[in-house]
Amino acid sequence: MAKKRVVSIKLNGDPVEFLCEPRQTLLEVLRDTLDMTGTKEGCSNGNCGACTVLMDGRPVTSCLVLAVEAEGAEVRTVEGVACGSHLAPVQQAFLEGAALQCGICTPGFIMQTEALLAENPSPTEEQVRFYLAGNLCRCTGYDKIVRAVMCAADKRRAAMDD
Amino acid sequence: MRDFDYAVPSTLTDALALMAGASVARPLAGGTDLIDHVRTGRLAPDLLVDIKKLPELNRLEASPSGLRLGASVPCWKVIASTEISRDYTALVDSCRIIGGIQIQNRASVGGNLCNSGPAADSIPSLIALGAQCVIASKDGTREVPVEAFCTGPGKNVLQPGELLVELKFPARAVRSGSHYRRFIPRNEMDIAVVGVGASVTLDESGQRITDARIALGAVGPTPLLATDAAQALIGQAFDEVAIAKSVAAAKAIATPISDMRGTAEYRVHLVGVLLARVLKAAVARARGETFTYQPGH
Ligand code: FES
Ligand code: FES
Repeated sequence: MAKKRVVSIKLNGDPVEFLCEPRQTLLEVLRDTLDMTGTKEGCSNGNCGACTVLMDGRPVTSCLVLAVEAEGAEVRTVEGVACGSHLAPVQQAFLEGAALQCGICTPGFIMQTEALLAENPSPTEEQVRFYLAGNLCRCTGYDKIVRAVMCAADKRRAAMDD
Repeated sequence: MRDFDYAVPSTLTDALALMAGASVARPLAGGTDLIDHVRTGRLAPDLLVDIKKLPELNRLEASPSGLRLGASVPCWKVIASTEISRDYTALVDSCRIIGGIQIQNRASVGGNLCNSGPAADSIPSLIALGAQCVIASKDGTREVPVEAFCTGPGKNVLQPGELLVELKFPARAVRSGSHYRRFIPRNEMDIAVVGVGASVTLDESGQRITDARIALGAVGPTPLLATDAAQALIGQAFDEVAIAKSVAAAKAIATPISDMRGTAEYRVHLVGVLLARVLKAAVARARGETFTYQPGH
């Protein structure tokens, strides 16, 4: 078996070290080694976006990233989105807009939306749909998700103006 | 997943030594194809050589003599580059539709080329823009034009121990423009049924074509340089007659298969529809008009 490596990352703001095999994906390590099960596994081949996390601010599918590749990176998962017990505007908007049913796609959508709104605080509906194209949902039919994202964008802007 | 070792060299010399050493070494850039291929058993490497830390493979240098694009530069950096957006627009059109945003944040143009899929979205753009592959091994360096790189589905000229280092593009000619588009039955996140890339140069009047390169994807075992389709335009006024001649020549070299994405006949028809649209967009860009490719429209 290939030698295990020590990998150091920043996870949701905190320095974290873990031991992993080269063949383990970041998704596997997050869920199985670090017990951060908020990030979901859907397809494990890059198609569904359920495993989306932010690496150095950019959304990536963590099932297609080897954990050893994350050395030195800043990783953000859905566990790092809320502020204490206060949901972030994006989470609040998904909840209020009933933008989920089974919920397995939700952490991926939340992270992708976080990245979208950081890049473009006032997206059009078309821009939202295009940016979220790498996230699949088998339950909602997407409309409620898109509306929640638009609503989250409004909330975030309002919060920033305060 | 299969057990393999991992190395992340910091110099090209070290990387080439690793590529030449192990029994089965594969270079790892964005990994969006490679990791899936290892997981499914399509590839069985003993060693993955992470090439993302090599300066030569991270280069993105636009100068009056052309563009040098390192083989591991991810799509998002290509999209974000003002120089590539301005002068090598077809490549940005391609990168914006390779997978979704998450994939574009990892996947590299070099990897898309080395994967050598017949429907790879970046390859017709690379061919149309006249890119050359710089390939290195521990024994030296060679250059291959992109149209001669792929040899079959998933196959290319790379020999064991060789690594694609960078893509070199000639300087953009004055009054030239380029475009790539594909047909898919959805708006995004799909594999091209047919893809067409073209680059055209106009004379001073902006009416006559003085140079052209056209490339077709997903209509043969490898992406194709459509030489006759380009010849049909060179020296001609850009009008419906010239477009029709070019379309006929392009359709003549298309040898697509029928599969779940479309029949061979349908694909040949699409070559004509897409080429006409691509040429009009490339000419508009050559004239300095703004043409924004909105996939799905
Ligand atoms: S689990 Fe990673 S994209 Fe589906
Ligand atoms: S809520 Fe079930 S997959 Fe999206």
